[in-house]
Order: sequence, then C-alpha cells, then structure tokens
Amino acid sequence: MDYVLTLYVAGQSRLSQDAIGRVETICEDHLCGKYQLEVVDVFEHPDMAEEDKILATPTLVRRLPPPLRRIVGSMSEEQKVLFGLDLVERADPVREPEF
Amino acid sequence: MSALVNALDRLAVGIDGFDAIADGGLPLGRTTLVAGTAGSGKTLFGVQFLVSGVERFDQNGVIVTFEEAPRALQQNVLSIGWDLPKHVRDNRIAIVDVSPEPEGATIEAGHFDLTALMARIEHAVNRVNAKRVLLDALGAVFPQLSDNVVIRRELHRIAVGLRRLGVTALMTVERSDEYGAIARFGVEEFVADNVIVMRNQLEAERRRRTIEVLKFRGASHRKGEFSFTIGAPDGITVVPLSSIGSNQPPSGDRVSTGNGELDDMCGGGIFENSIALVSGATGTGKTLMVAEFMKAAVQSRERALLFAFEESRDQLIRNAASWGVDYERAERLGLLRIVCRHPESIGLEDHLVAIKQETEAFGPQRLAIDSMSALERGTSAKAFREFVIGITGHVKAKGMAAMFTNTTAMLVGRETIAETHMSTVTDSIFLLRYVELCGEVRRGIAVLKMRGSQHDRDIREYSIGANGMTIRGPFESVNGILAGAPTRGRITEHDRLSTMFAHSYA
Repeated sequence: MDYVLTLYVAGQSRLSQDAIGRVETICEDHLCGKYQLEVVDVFEHPDMAEEDKILATPTLVRRLPPPLRRIVGSMSEEQKVLFGLDLVERADPVREPEF
Repeated sequence: MSALVNALDRLAVGIDGFDAIADGGLPLGRTTLVAGTAGSGKTLFGVQFLVSGVERFDQNGVIVTFEEAPRALQQNVLSIGWDLPKHVRDNRIAIVDVSPEPEGATIEAGHFDLTALMARIEHAVNRVNAKRVLLDALGAVFPQLSDNVVIRRELHRIAVGLRRLGVTALMTVERSDEYGAIARFGVEEFVADNVIVMRNQLEAERRRRTIEVLKFRGASHRKGEFSFTIGAPDGITVVPLSSIGSNQPPSGDRVSTGNGELDDMCGGGIFENSIALVSGATGTGKTLMVAEFMKAAVQSRERALLFAFEESRDQLIRNAASWGVDYERAERLGLLRIVCRHPESIGLEDHLVAIKQETEAFGPQRLAIDSMSALERGTSAKAFREFVIGITGHVKAKGMAAMFTNTTAMLVGRETIAETHMSTVTDSIFLLRYVELCGEVRRGIAVLKMRGSQHDRDIREYSIGANGMTIRGPFESVNGILAGAPTRGRITEHDRLSTMFAHSYA
C-alpha cells in the first residue's frame, strides 16, 4: 500500500461531502488502487482528532508516504491537493502563457 | 457596588485579590478575554484559574493550548509548584493540544472551518466534566492558517459553543502595546463583553505588574489597575487584597510603646490593632523607638516581627544592645523575628507579599517596619500609595499593633512624601525633631495625632543614652519647632491671651 490517508470531516455537512467526493475522485484517478483511505467524523471520534491534532475540517492527513502532511479545506483546489500528495511538482496550476 | 446588584452570577477565579476587584469573580458561564503583552502573566493567570478550580473549588477544567506544547506548559508552571501532570493523570484537567506542529507543513486547498477544534474541546469538557476552560494564546492560531477572516469567524463560533456547554472560559491573547489596541488580530471583536488587561511596565526604573478589569458586561467590578506579583507557592497575588477584606474590630486595649513617658503622652500607650508612625530626621532615634517597642512586646510575652530596610542585621543587633535591648536573646526565646532586606532588591509589591507571608508564618502581635522611606526610594507615588494601603489593610486585618518609621529629608521641620501618604492611614503619629537652641542641638518629641484618644499637646525634650530614650518636660518658651525655626522668647500667660483676643478689644 503506497498511500495511507485519513480524511477528517465534521458530520454530513456540504463541506464534508464535497471533500469526501473530491478526495475519492483524486485517489481513483491518480493512485489507482494503491491507497488506503479512511474517513473519520470528528463528532464520532474526537479522540482520533485529538491524537492527530486536527484543528480544521476537512483535513486530509497523509500518513504514508513520509513526510507526514496535512491538507486542509474542501479540496476544491485540486492542484494543491495533488501537490500535497506529491503527485505534481508545484502547487500553483500551470497556466498557458498569454500573449 | 455590592455583589447584591449583580445581575450575573460569578465564578471565583481562586486568586483572592483578583476576585475582590472583580466583585466576586468572572461572569459565570461566559467567556472573558485576558489581554496582555508578552510576559505579562496571562498564561499563569489562566493556569491558576484552572488549578484553583481543581484544588480549591473541586471543579475540573480544560486547557486548550495554542502556542506552547503541553510539555512546555507543564514545565513552566512547575516552578510555582503546580503539578499539572498529576491533575491530568487524575482526569481533573484535560489538555487539548493545538500548538503548531514542528513537522509537516499544512497545505490549504479550499474552504475550511474549525469544527474539529470545537469537537475536541467539547469532547475534553465532557470527558472530565469541566466547569472551567482556558484557551491560551489564541493569536498563535492565526499564523497556522492563512485566512484570518475565517479564523475570526470560527473563533466566534467557538465562543458561542463554549457558552452552550455552560462553561466559564478565559481566552488569553497577546497585544503589542501596553496602552494600544486590546488585542492583535482583532480577536476582541468576538469576545468583547468581558475584558481583563494585564500589564508589565517599567515605572521609575522598576517593573510593575498590574491587572485591570476593563469591562464585564452587565456586571460590576472595581476600576483601575491593581498591582500583582508572581511567585511560589501562591502564583499570582493581587496586592490590595487586605484593604478590601474584613478587618478586626477596633480595639480599646492598649499596648506599651516601650517608653513609659511616651505611653503617658499618648494617654496610656498605643491601641492594639493600630498603626503608629514615627517620623524624624536621621539620628533622631526612630530605630531606638522601634527597639523599645520590640522590647516591650517581648517583656509582655508577645511575638514581634521587625522588618529592617536600612541596616544590616549585625548593625541592628549592635545598636539595640547599646540601648539595653537584646535582640538575639528575644529571637532565641522565639518571641522576635528580624527580617533584613535591601529595599531595592525587589519591587514594592514583592515586599508587601513577603511581609504578608512572614506575618502569616510567624503570627506576630506586633509589627515594625524600619523604614517606610527606604521602601519609598525610587518608586512612583502611586505604587507607594498602593503599598501603604496594602500594608495598613493587612495590619488591620490581622489586628496587630504596628510601628512604622519614616526618615524626613530635612534635619529640622517639614515633611516628605512618605508622611503625606501615610498620615491619613496611620492612627498615631510621633514626631522627632532636632531643635537648635543657643547654638546647641537638642531633640524634641511630639504626639501629633492619636486617633480615638486624648494625648499630650506639648513638645517635650528627650535624650538618648544607655537606657534608651528619656523624655523630659516640655520645651518652655520656645516657638516654631515644628516649622523648623525655633525662637526663644518668654511669653507670659497674660501676653498670650491678649494677642489671641487682640481683635476683640479693637
């Protein structure tokens, strides 16, 4: 298993559902089966959130591969999520030069 | 304002002096902001709020630490003697760690909120059944995430959430200036109802710590800045504590000053539970009067405590011996304790706390401070006034008979600031003055004030010898001693009366 990820969300909010959907899509598209994703609701498991020192929701914790990394937010900025997973070189989307 | 008019209930912090100025404590079930510059004692105040909760009120608490890692926080308060790890083990205090992670950068990718933090706080509050919550160094959350608007909104939600949980909360936040904006990052905007400001400023080249209740919405409190000290084992001690506390009732019983003639001059000695001020220039015999006062205590088997700020212990003992007072023997009997301190070694508030601690430990019936003017050197008028109020309040609360000395700057006549501050709070004032007569320096004593008693109005001559102070008869036919310009002139009773009533013959 190359990637071990935990996604912390708060209940069934729109923000939670968006984040879950986007992370699942990114994993399927880019990690094709080589990952393990656990979704944790902070209301149900606040002790786990405490353990991982989760401040904001949604937060995606990349446990493996090292180094440990946290990606915070609705995951709407896909380029940044990919950067956080070391799947692209840079966090800013590459733009075509304008003339 | 009395507690009766309070619409809100209070929760005592557990710092007596603070609870007194806060008219009982923090608004119950609300969040109060504690703002202060770096090193002003905010975290300590917050931790004391929790530790007192556990140790004095059987109320558990939660610490949410935004800046310091739990281990560092526990280490820092250990010097005070607070055993946080024990309270954590016993499930009396829970720590929610929101301190910045040393490893692993955080990447932001879209909208977020701080629901996770609120869930963790709520979990901790429920786990230990907390009544008190401290959110320490709120500002430290801002650098962790980029969107300050979102953080402010979310912290507001947390403040609302805390209210829903029914806990009484303190949020500490750093400010940049002692008298500028309340807090950095606009934090005060969402918990502006109750604000405490702690300050640590240089005043007359000394550090002075103060605490002020800026506002309690809909609740009374005392206004202005109050000095406080930090030390083991009490943590924060807010100074004018005893001036607010209950006093012993005034006593009609008298104790000897140690000098029979002086006792006669003030109508039979000074009252128990009163303060006598001995004021005079250097060498007039103030320290001698203190020695006689201490001796009288020992002779009547009462405990006496002497604070000396002008002389070393050896000097003090040697001088007393020259007047026939054996300090060392009195100490061996356990009836006397001498504490010599350098006045500038610590701040005035620290001196006051030290004096209180010594009196609590030794339990004296008599107290002497030699001298107040040494303590006054290099302090601001305000700080000294607070000290005087604090110490007089303490003497009254303990019901001691106290003698303070004050060295006047002028060899003859006039007064110093210490006198002006002290004269209204002291019950008796003894003036010692040099009197120059026919090219000879002589000494005169007068009882200027004797609250609640008749006293001698004469200015009497005294001398100092191997038996201490010997007071003789009044100076005859001398005027202007107190003004510092004595003139000799024989005035008959008839002459005096005729000048007094001269206008009625006109």
